[in-house]
Amino acid sequence: MSKVEPVVIIGSGPAGYTAAIYAARAQLSPILLEGSVTAGGALMNTTEVENFPGFQKGIMGPALMEEMRAQAEKFGTRFVTDDAVKVDLKGDVKTIQDGSGNTYLAKSVILATGSGYKKIGLPKEETLSGRGVSYCATCDGFFFKEQAIAVVGGGDSALEEATFLTRFASKVYLIHRRNELRASRIMQQRAQNDPKIEFVWNSQVIDILGEEKVTGIRIKDTVTGDEKNLELTGLFVAIGHVPRSELLIGQIDLDANGYVKTQSDSTKTNIEGVFACGDLVDHVYRQAITAAGTGCQAALDAERFLASQGIFSA
Amino acid sequence: MATKILTDATFADEIKNATTPILVDFWAEWCGPCKMIAPILEQVAAENEGKIIIAKLNVDENPKTAQALGITSIPTMNIYKGGQIVKTIVGAKPKPALLADLAAFL
Repeated sequence: MSKVEPVVIIGSGPAGYTAAIYAARAQLSPILLEGSVTAGGALMNTTEVENFPGFQKGIMGPALMEEMRAQAEKFGTRFVTDDAVKVDLKGDVKTIQDGSGNTYLAKSVILATGSGYKKIGLPKEETLSGRGVSYCATCDGFFFKEQAIAVVGGGDSALEEATFLTRFASKVYLIHRRNELRASRIMQQRAQNDPKIEFVWNSQVIDILGEEKVTGIRIKDTVTGDEKNLELTGLFVAIGHVPRSELLIGQIDLDANGYVKTQSDSTKTNIEGVFACGDLVDHVYRQAITAAGTGCQAALDAERFLASQGIFSA
Repeated sequence: MATKILTDATFADEIKNATTPILVDFWAEWCGPCKMIAPILEQVAAENEGKIIIAKLNVDENPKTAQALGITSIPTMNIYKGGQIVKTIVGAKPKPALLADLAAFL
């Protein structure tokens, strides 16, 4: 492919789709590489989203992403259901290669690859993945009917998962390494009022027990150092996220944790014509609405950059 | 559809009688990653006819098989050869990564 596109967006989710809606309405006919198995982003594995403005009755995460995608399509976004596997962002014309070997050339690139889940880092975590260790409550909760399980973490995702899992499990331990939660007040109250959820404060998972499948976990009290075992069959890990920025290493400035650095009050990266938005940049707010907001900013920044280069439409 | 549908009733016989390696994708309607990998599995099935059978088992409608196998995450893709499990893949992955996992059976 030899045509130089005005803008290529890498990554879907609220940031990528919103960037696409704005870029498409600006007649820039964006190409969006939405990911071969990650299209729609993190919200595809959630249940009801209650805090996205405009949906007072709530909306299911996947349905919200379908709406955003359809809206981007309506205005002329061209979707590629594949992953970016190689990028060269330096220079006037950027090149992006997808998993099928197609190459795209672009004057500007919007990065919106989001984040993936963080692992605890225990050796047994890998070997027992799919054998009781899970990272997706909506996918796997079904397998734990009438069983005792644990969720590790203290943010909104952890509490949402714990609450969701009470539909299936007989008991849900919420393991958190401090004695207070990061999660929003409403999620905390909901979890605390749930008779099936038991909070295990100041505790860290130091081992996963079982050979063929999870039979329990060993936890350590972060204050007293005491250790004990909890008998359970499932461990859901929700301890946070890591930015999906492997592709960008050596290409643009990342911070110590791998998040893309942007200039203050803008989505500009250190490379001209390259913009970044959503969870790939933001480790503070991490909401659907803030990702959508920065996606909009990235499209507007790209549009202005292209105008400064004399490019006003595709 | 190049993929084959299995049920609790047909699973054991299909695995036993398969003349090529058979990949069984354990999935459900509510599982986002399962939906993502579905079209990739269709492609792999169509492109490798005669070399590998790609089959799907809906765990919601057929809970017995998944339970007996101790499956606790979906998508899980088990590959069987001569009736025996020879490989397990957990989670959706891009087509090139999936093909790399399947290379030994194609």
